[in-house]
Amino acid sequence: MSIPAAELTVGQDIGSVTIPVTRQDLVRYAGASGDFNPIHWNSDFAQGVGLPGVIAHGMFTMGAAVQLVTDWTGDPGSVIDYQTRFTRPVVVADTTAQPGVPGAVLEVRGTIGALNPEEATARIDLTVTFEGQKVLVKAQAVVRLS
Amino acid sequence: MTINPDLQGRSYPAGEVYTVGREAIRDFARAVKATHPSHYDVEAARALGYADLVAPPTFAIIVAQRADAQLITDPGAGIDFSRVVHADQRFTHHRPIVAGDELVAALHVDSVRAMGGGAMITTRAEISTVDGVRTATTTSSLLVRGEEQQ
Repeated sequence: MSIPAAELTVGQDIGSVTIPVTRQDLVRYAGASGDFNPIHWNSDFAQGVGLPGVIAHGMFTMGAAVQLVTDWTGDPGSVIDYQTRFTRPVVVADTTAQPGVPGAVLEVRGTIGALNPEEATARIDLTVTFEGQKVLVKAQAVVRLS
Repeated sequence: MTINPDLQGRSYPAGEVYTVGREAIRDFARAVKATHPSHYDVEAARALGYADLVAPPTFAIIVAQRADAQLITDPGAGIDFSRVVHADQRFTHHRPIVAGDELVAALHVDSVRAMGGGAMITTRAEISTVDGVRTATTTSSLLVRGEEQQ
């Protein structure tokens, strides 16, 4: 991979992606990550602890959103730092009986937030929204450009 | 249940070894909808210069949350897991994680702050190979909600 750093500018758009999410996605993430908290798969439990319904793992959203960045660099190992704050839950409706219908839809957009020519790195700022509101704040990935 | 304020500064030594398997990388990549061939195809990963399948950028959370579990399940910590909310997360990669890595994580409780009847606990997992090569540093802030908070 090599992205010519000289051709990049702060504020530049790196693209956007729409991520449909289903309850099955959350079950798959639970299994793959080992995070089996029932708030991510059981409505009664989620509502019992005061949530509006089953919510996506914050780490599912963080993990899915960064694909925009690694698709742009072409190398998943190019991410040397990635951080976010989780500010709003992503409530995933149960659409199990309606194949192909997502229970929630995430919108991800990335822009270049900073460039460091000496170290050949770029900071990508991600905007991740659900129902028009940001669910991640200060979602930033620093990538090596060469 | 109240959070033990003496937790700040506590460390938990590296626990059991987590061996990074190819299928674990493939399963995790599918779970975060990652499509890059270097997560699935060994030849594609080698073409990018990796020894084996390369893990997605947030894969280290598996190892970090296992380390966090030592704290959360410590009876002396006073943490009710059903009241824990993930507030923020950071990964700093010293080198990419690849299949075949044998990882251990030492956990450090960097801060404990009282917040509205609950507490915000910030932990740091220093992840390295069993041979001592630093792999990743992960930082997690966990909000433990107070009893009066929904």
